Amino acid sequence: MMNILLGIGAILIGVILFMIFRVGTLISVVRGSHHKRAGTSNKVNAALLLVFLVLGTIGAVWSSYSAADDFLPAPVSVHGEQIDTLFWVTMGILCAVFFATHVLLFYFPFKYQFKEGNRAAFYPDNNKLEVIWTIVPAIVLTLLVLSGWKVWRDITADAPQEAEVIEIVGQQFNWWVRYPGKVDKELGAYNFRMIDASNAVGIDLSDEKSFDDFMGPSGELRVPVGKPVLLKIRARDVLHSVYMPHFRLKMDAVPGMPTRFWFTPTKTTAQMRQETNNPDFNYELACTEVCGRGHFSMRLIVVVEEQADYVKWYNTQKPWLASTREDNLQKVPANLREKALQIIGAGDNPSAAVTPVQEPTTEAPVNPAVVKTSTSAQ
Amino acid sequence: MSAVDIHSTHGVGHDAHLDHDHEHEHHDNFITKYIFSTDHKMIAKQYLISGIFWAIIGIGLSSIFRLQLGFQDIKLTWLKPILGEWILDSGKIDPNFYLALVTMHGTIMVFFVLTAGLSGTFSNFLIPLQIGARDMASGFMNMLSYWFFFVASVIMFVSLFLETGPASGGWVIYPPLSALPQAMPGSGMGMNLWLISMALFIVSQLLGGINYITTVINLRTRGMSFSRLPLTIWAFFLTAIIGLLSFPVLMSAALLLIFDRWFGTSFYLSEIYIGGEALPNVGGSPILFQHLFWFLGHPEVYIVLLPALGITSEIIATNARKPIFGYRAMIGSMMAITVLSFVVWAHHMFVSGLNPFLGSIFMFLTLIIAVPSAVKAFNYITTLWKGNIVFTPAMLFSIGLVSFFISGGLTGIALGNSAIDIQLHDTYFVVAHFHLVMGAASAFGLLAGVYHWFPKFFGRMLDEKLGYIHFWFTFVGIYLVFFPMHYIGIAGFPRRYYSFTGFQVFNKYMDLNHFISAAAILTGIAQFIFLFNFFYSMFKGRRAPQNPWRSNTLEWTAPIHPGHGNWVGEIPSVYRWPYDYSKPGASEDFIPQNVPLSATPESNLPHEQGLIGDEIEDMETGVVFDKKEEINAPTVKDHKLPKGSAGADQNIRNIGGDPEKL
Repeated sequence: MMNILLGIGAILIGVILFMIFRVGTLISVVRGSHHKRAGTSNKVNAALLLVFLVLGTIGAVWSSYSAADDFLPAPVSVHGEQIDTLFWVTMGILCAVFFATHVLLFYFPFKYQFKEGNRAAFYPDNNKLEVIWTIVPAIVLTLLVLSGWKVWRDITADAPQEAEVIEIVGQQFNWWVRYPGKVDKELGAYNFRMIDASNAVGIDLSDEKSFDDFMGPSGELRVPVGKPVLLKIRARDVLHSVYMPHFRLKMDAVPGMPTRFWFTPTKTTAQMRQETNNPDFNYELACTEVCGRGHFSMRLIVVVEEQADYVKWYNTQKPWLASTREDNLQKVPANLREKALQIIGAGDNPSAAVTPVQEPTTEAPVNPAVVKTSTSAQ
Repeated sequence: MSAVDIHSTHGVGHDAHLDHDHEHEHHDNFITKYIFSTDHKMIAKQYLISGIFWAIIGIGLSSIFRLQLGFQDIKLTWLKPILGEWILDSGKIDPNFYLALVTMHGTIMVFFVLTAGLSGTFSNFLIPLQIGARDMASGFMNMLSYWFFFVASVIMFVSLFLETGPASGGWVIYPPLSALPQAMPGSGMGMNLWLISMALFIVSQLLGGINYITTVINLRTRGMSFSRLPLTIWAFFLTAIIGLLSFPVLMSAALLLIFDRWFGTSFYLSEIYIGGEALPNVGGSPILFQHLFWFLGHPEVYIVLLPALGITSEIIATNARKPIFGYRAMIGSMMAITVLSFVVWAHHMFVSGLNPFLGSIFMFLTLIIAVPSAVKAFNYITTLWKGNIVFTPAMLFSIGLVSFFISGGLTGIALGNSAIDIQLHDTYFVVAHFHLVMGAASAFGLLAGVYHWFPKFFGRMLDEKLGYIHFWFTFVGIYLVFFPMHYIGIAGFPRRYYSFTGFQVFNKYMDLNHFISAAAILTGIAQFIFLFNFFYSMFKGRRAPQNPWRSNTLEWTAPIHPGHGNWVGEIPSVYRWPYDYSKPGASEDFIPQNVPLSATPESNLPHEQGLIGDEIEDMETGVVFDKKEEINAPTVKDHKLPKGSAGADQNIRNIGGDPEKL
């Protein structure tokens, strides 16, 4: 019933609008206003362009001012600060050009609106002007490119030798983090064919460097402050992208083509909690390459610790092989098994090891909205 | 059979011709006139109506996902009758369907509305009419082009109704997501149909593009040298060249993807473990797809933008009653954009794992392309300076276009900087950027074109007042949607997120997202004003005068309802460039292109005065006066004017012998 009423109401409104339109048309026919080249509408539109310029400027300034608090989250990496400087300098130049051109773009139509008897200037070209506004933007752009290029070159340069190497692997719809173990401090090889329920990132057990590697606690990436960290980035299934907004870090995770990104965190989580007065503050890692149903929920918490705390934590971690020995020890080639046992400690009690790696699930949603859904991506 | 064929067989004299054209119209039946038409004007209308249909769908889809983004708790159960299972029992949109919505919105708007709807409509309509040709070089190919597009449209439309949903991996359909049906439901049959539809679409674009290029090169009327072409034609011509060179690359990308999907090849697939098993594919590269895709994808930006800029150039000059400022610079900058558009594609891939050195190269090339774009913007503004501006709706939309072109173009400078792009890539900043510079600007070009050439399309005028209301709602609305979207982008919100509440860092700006959604939906609703105006005026609008905007270009010398063949009798010759507006000394503030210099001694510039001699000789012999010009052979006969008749008389006869109406 309500729907029918609403429908009738909509139709009535439509009819009324149509009648207004018809009456307006008839009036204009009677007045013969369309015989004039430009009537009142021309003046109104010219004035509106100027009004738009004024209100638009106020709106743009006010809205960006009031939204500015949440612009660029505080940068907490060394290169992040450089990127921010570059961004704001560029934005400053862009805003200046934006306002200057728009003032002209809306003022000229107002100033030079049609007037009976007036005649436009026949001014087809001016090479000097063309040259000026080719060269000036070219110079400004060159400066921007050069400063950007310098930052880009530094960011993408090879990571320093002492960098902490951490592997991060994306899958639908969560992340895995692997650390090189304390014995050789090197990540072991991987092989996607070795992925199974207990070996989420395909750790290659025929490589002895992998015996001491350990998996980070689920849902967390732990890094030390003030030390270069090199992320080795992979994907198991489809494209993902590692995005850490506070660290100005983004790099796609590509199946079959490992990528990397290195950065130096400058503030610990604890410091940020203090600065933001928010005891629940956490750095986060998100996925920015669409990867399917749970794309929006691929969240990882990034924990930045003092170096001493980090080392302490690092040293207490048990090798992945130790915690999954029942499933994986027999997959170690026979000739290396003794070495493996030596590294993981033959007598270690598996239950005392680190949090066991999660079973690879088809989805690991964070948002409650997803949990309720029935249809699955798989 | 094309119009050109008619001439070669019946081109004995203009009288025979007249009769033939006359009868030809009567012999058209409904099917050959309205459906399988070879008349470029009818094909243009077919493209326009199809484009409007797709725009309604595309904007409708965006309204649905804006509801989800702006109002997280909204219950959409009322959409269940239309969307069925895609609305979950909780009243929310299924996250898979959300991705399908953004994917189809992108695909439809970029390809079906702004490529087919814009180039298809205006290249088809204006090229023959503005260069003085009876039709496209091949009317049959032109018809095929539309019908390939139509079949592509049907397939894409059908894919919307699949149980597993249409393609959902983003309009860029990056593999492996798009290659593996087990990765998401949309990568099943929906992706198959997407690829088939796009393959047909590309065929359609190539058939159209070859025709546009051939027609512009070969069928220009006498005197219509390249240096006298309206900027619209220059834009369509260069657009067609870009399309011809880049669409085949998308075709190859799509074909390889089809191979990967159907025949087990590994062009894009390597080392994948999905759905509990390791796939056998090794050695492929997902990055290869991105290179191939963006080799079209970036020029595609200019494929949708250049025609809009061409249309704007024409409309701004006409309504400012001034010559376009820097005609040659405009052509030069469009040529520069054409060339550069092919060497900037990898700026979409700065953080894809691309070699950083390549990233540097593409950053340099990308920022170079900003220079010709800046030149164009400055030239538009200077054209307004000291004009005598008439604000037709088309003019307002053109000014709006320039505004969007500047706003969106400027943010491109930030994004083209690879260092800054690390933070901004795939955030809402990018969404705001390309919606302004490519989406809104091109859409405004399309709308401006419709308002300006509606009289030529249908012989009737659109209602001006409704046009103004439509403009202001749309112009303000688009800024309300996309200006605040930059803020969300600067704050780092990623694209294609179903919801932001799962993240602390993105769990803000709720009010801003409400606002954007409300503005977007209202702006969408405002388009009904246009729809009403369009369809009402088509039948009931005020009858159009011969040359409603007092414009110089040739299409306004054709009859108000041009038949197949466009001009009755001879095609007018061209004696001047199209921008003789407000020429000092002239009695009117415009001199159409077909008015000979000999008829306007009072306004000729010194160097033009010297050209008059050539012209007279020209008239008598019927020989091409500039030997360097290539003039199409079959229509040369049309140019033979009876001795003693001036071009001006010719023009008057064309429009029914009423000099008042000129």
